[in-house]
Amino acid sequence: MTALLYVLLAIVICVAIWQIASIFNLKEAIATEKDNNTQGILFALFGVFFYGLMIFSFAKYSVTLLPESASVEGEDYDTLYAITMVLILIVQAITQFLLFYFTFKYRGIKGRKALFYADSSKLEAIWTIIPAVVLSGLILYGLSIWQNVMDSSGAKDPLIVEVYAKQFQWEARYAGADNELGRANVRNIKGINTMGVDMTDKNAQDDIPTRELHLPKGRKVIFKFRSQDVLHSAFMPHFRAQMNCVPGMITSFSYTPKITTKEMRLNEKTIAKVDGINKIRAEKGEDPYEFDYLLLCNKICGASHYNMQMKIVVEEPAEFNAWLQQQKTIAQIIN
Amino acid sequence: MSNHHKETFITKYVFSTDHKMISKQYLITGIFMGIIGVFMSMLFRLQIAWPEESFGIFEAFLGHHQDGGVMSPDIYLALVTIHGTIMVFFVLTAGLSGTFSNLLIPLQIGARDMASGLLNMISYWLFFISSVIMVSSLFLEAGPASAGWTIYPPLSALPQAIPGSGMGMTLWLISMAIFIASSLLGALNYIVTVLNLRTTGMKKTRLPLTIWAFFVTAIIGVVSFPVLLSAALLLIFDRSFGTSFYLSDIFIQGEVLHYQGGSPVLFEHLFWFLGHPEVYIVILPAMGIVSEVIATNSRKPIFGYRAMIGSIIAIAFLSTIVWGHHMFVSGMNPFLGSVFTFTTLLIAIPSAVKAFNWITTLWKGNLQMNPAMLFSIGFVSTFITGGLTGIVLGDSALDINVHDTYFVVAHFHLVMGVSAIYGMFAGIYHWFPKMYGRMMNKALGYWHFWITAIAAYGVFFPMHFIGLAGLPRRYYSNTAFPLFDDLSDVNKVITMFAILGGAAQLIFLANFFISIYKGKKASQNPWHANTLEWTTPVEHVHGNWPGEIPSVHRWPYDYSKPGLPEDYVTQDTPLFEGEEES
Repeated sequence: MTALLYVLLAIVICVAIWQIASIFNLKEAIATEKDNNTQGILFALFGVFFYGLMIFSFAKYSVTLLPESASVEGEDYDTLYAITMVLILIVQAITQFLLFYFTFKYRGIKGRKALFYADSSKLEAIWTIIPAVVLSGLILYGLSIWQNVMDSSGAKDPLIVEVYAKQFQWEARYAGADNELGRANVRNIKGINTMGVDMTDKNAQDDIPTRELHLPKGRKVIFKFRSQDVLHSAFMPHFRAQMNCVPGMITSFSYTPKITTKEMRLNEKTIAKVDGINKIRAEKGEDPYEFDYLLLCNKICGASHYNMQMKIVVEEPAEFNAWLQQQKTIAQIIN
Repeated sequence: MSNHHKETFITKYVFSTDHKMISKQYLITGIFMGIIGVFMSMLFRLQIAWPEESFGIFEAFLGHHQDGGVMSPDIYLALVTIHGTIMVFFVLTAGLSGTFSNLLIPLQIGARDMASGLLNMISYWLFFISSVIMVSSLFLEAGPASAGWTIYPPLSALPQAIPGSGMGMTLWLISMAIFIASSLLGALNYIVTVLNLRTTGMKKTRLPLTIWAFFVTAIIGVVSFPVLLSAALLLIFDRSFGTSFYLSDIFIQGEVLHYQGGSPVLFEHLFWFLGHPEVYIVILPAMGIVSEVIATNSRKPIFGYRAMIGSIIAIAFLSTIVWGHHMFVSGMNPFLGSVFTFTTLLIAIPSAVKAFNWITTLWKGNLQMNPAMLFSIGFVSTFITGGLTGIVLGDSALDINVHDTYFVVAHFHLVMGVSAIYGMFAGIYHWFPKMYGRMMNKALGYWHFWITAIAAYGVFFPMHFIGLAGLPRRYYSNTAFPLFDDLSDVNKVITMFAILGGAAQLIFLANFFISIYKGKKASQNPWHANTLEWTTPVEHVHGNWPGEIPSVHRWPYDYSKPGLPEDYVTQDTPLFEGEEES
C-alpha cells in the first residue's frame, strides 16, 4: 500500500515538473551579456573558493600526514617528494590563477571584438622547453633515488626476512643463524608448517617463523615477499616501502630502519597526530591509541582486505637480538 | 540519395544506420549506465564515511548483501569494481566517444554518413548487449565481479577467494569481450570515415580539433583494445579450462591448486597495455570537445592549432609506452621501472602545451558564458589539478609510498574522471541543438555546473591528503586501524560533497530529458560556430545535407578575423576578396 502511494507521489511530481517545464520554451537559451557578467564574476569567486580550499586543506589536514621517514632510504624519498610538491604547487597556483583571471577579465561584452591571435612559436617554445627542462631534472633525480632504493646488492651483513601473505594474515620468517632462508613452496603446507617451508632443506632448519615483525635499527633489512593465494601488497608507509606479494614468485624490497618505535613515539609530528586520534577515540569512548609501525595490505585481496595487518617493532640491535633469541626455530616447532 | 527510402519505426529508432540516431542511442545508454555508476559511488561513499551505521538505502537496494542496513564487505568490493568498470568503459568510452564521434565525424568532415552504417549499427547493438549483460550480473546470487575494475588474477580467477569471481566474473568477461568487439567496429569505422569521406577542400590541416581527437582516439583503441581481449581470453582459459597463464603455486582454503608456472604479472602487463591508453581514449575526445567549445565561445581561434594536433599525436604515441607505471611495485624488474618513469613524465610536456594553449585562447577573448563554456573552463582546471599529481605518481621513486592509496584515487578521478565528464557535459550542452533541434535550459545548466564544480573539488581535493596519510584504497572500513581514526572526519566531508555532486546530476537529467520535448526550438547555428555541422538543417535528414555537400575553403577557427563582417565565418564560405587564408 505504501509502495503504491510512493509510486503515485512520484508520478504526480513528474507531471508537475513536466507542466512547469513549459517555461523552457520561453526562456532565452543563449548566454546574454548579463549572463557573461554574472558567470565571469562567479568564476572569480570560484577561484577564491578554490585557493581557500587548498589553503584550508593544507592547514587542517597536514597534521594527519605521515611523520618523517623511519628508514634511511626514505630520506631521499622525502626530499624528492618535497621538491616535487613545491614545483607542483607553484605551477598549480600560477595556471589556475591565469585561468580564473582570464575568464573573469575577458567575460563577453557586446560589440567587443576578440583578438585574432592564432599562434606564436615563441610562446609555444617557452612552454615546451621549460617543462622539458624541469621534468628532465625530476626524472634524473628520481631515477637515481629509484636505483638506490631498489638495488640492495651492496648491502653489508643485511638481515634477511621473509614476509608471507595470505587471506587475510601476514606471517614472517627470519633466516636464522646462517642468514639464508630455506626453500619453500605452497605444496609443503601442512599443519603448523603454514608457510610451506621445505624441511628437507638444511638452510631451513634454523629459520624462525613469527607473527610480528621486529627490525633492528641501523641494519639493512632485505625483505623477500611471497603470497600463497592472491595478490597482496606489503605496504609500510612509515618506511616509504611497498612491494606486491605475488603467488608463484618471490619479490624483494629493502631498507634500513633508523628510528626505533620508542623514538618515533616521541617524534613531534607523531605526538600531534596521536593526540588528534585519541581526542576522537575519547569522544567515541574507545581506548587510547599508542603509536606503532604497521605493515598493511594494499592490494585488493578479498572480503577482509581492510583488516590485514601486522605490527612492526623497530628496536636497538641488542633488544632485537634478545627478542630473536627467544623465538623458536622452525625445526624446534615442527619436530 | 538515401533519404528516398521509407523509414519505419524500427529502422528509424531501433535498428537505425543513421549516425545521428546511433549517436543518440549511445548517449542515452551512456547516461543510463552513468546513473547506475554514480549511484553505486553514493552507496560505497556512505559506507566509507559511516562504516558502522546502518542505512535504509542499503536495505532497499542491496538485498541479501546487507544485514539490517549494514553493507557486507563483499558487496562493497563489488560496488567499487562495477562503478569503475561502468564509468571507465560504458560511460566515458562508449558514452563519450560513441556519442560524439558518431555525431560529429560525418557532420564536421562533410560526409553523408559513416563509411559503413551497418557496422555502426552493429557496433551500437553490441554495446547495448554488453551493457545488458553487465547490468544483469548485478542480480546474481553471489554478486557481480568484485576483484577491482583491474580484475587482477588470482583474485578474479578463483571463486574461493571472493564470491564475485564465480558467475559474476564470467559475465564481466563476456560483457567486456562484446564491448571490445563493439568498440573495435566503431573505431575502425571512425578511422576509415575520417580518412576517406572528407569533403572537397577538407584538408587534414582544416579538420576541427574534435575530429583530430576522435581520429587519434580510434587509432589508440584499435591498437590497444585487442590486447585486453587476449588478456580476457587467457583469463577465461585459466578460469574454465585449467590452463596456467596467470596462476601458479596457489594454496587456498586448505588445498593446493594444480596451477603451475603462470604469473599474475603477465596479466598486469596485458591489462595495462590497454588500461593506460584507455585513460587517453577517455580524455582525448574530451580535449577535442573542449578545444572546440573554448574557441567558439571565446570568439577566438584556438591558440596553436598545429601544436594542439602535434600534442594529441604525441600524447597518443606516448600513451602506448607508459603502461608499466601502474606496476612499479608489482615485482617487475626495477630497470623497467626506470624506463617507464622516463616515458611517463614525458607525457607532461604535450599535456602542458595543451593546458597553456587553452589558457592563451581565453586571453583577450570575448567569452560567451554558455553552459558548455563553463564546463570547458572547469575541464581545464580539473585537468591541471589532476594532471600535476601525475608527476608524483609517474615517478617510480615517489610512487612507492602513494601507490594504491587514496592519492591515486584523487589523481585519476580529477584528471580523467571529472575532466572527461566535464568534457562530455560540454559536448552535450553544445551539440544538444544539433542532436534534438532544441536548446537546453541555460539557468539549469548554470546551476548544474556550479554545484558540480564545487562538489567535485570538495570530494577530490581533500582526498589527496588521506592518501598521503597512507590510507589504502578499496578498504571496506578504516576502523581496523586506529592510525586512520583521524581521517574519518575527512571521509565524512568527502561523502557529503559526493552526495551533493550526485544530486546536482538530477538537475542535468531533468534539463536533458525535458529539453528534448519542451526546449526552445534551436536556430540553425545558435552558437555562431564555424564548423560544418551548423550548415545542416535543424530538422535531421538522412544524408545530412539536403543538396550538395558543401566544400570547404578555410580552417575552422576564423573567429573575429580582422577585416571580416562577422566574428565568425563558416568553413564552407569562400575566402573574401583580398582575404588571406589563416
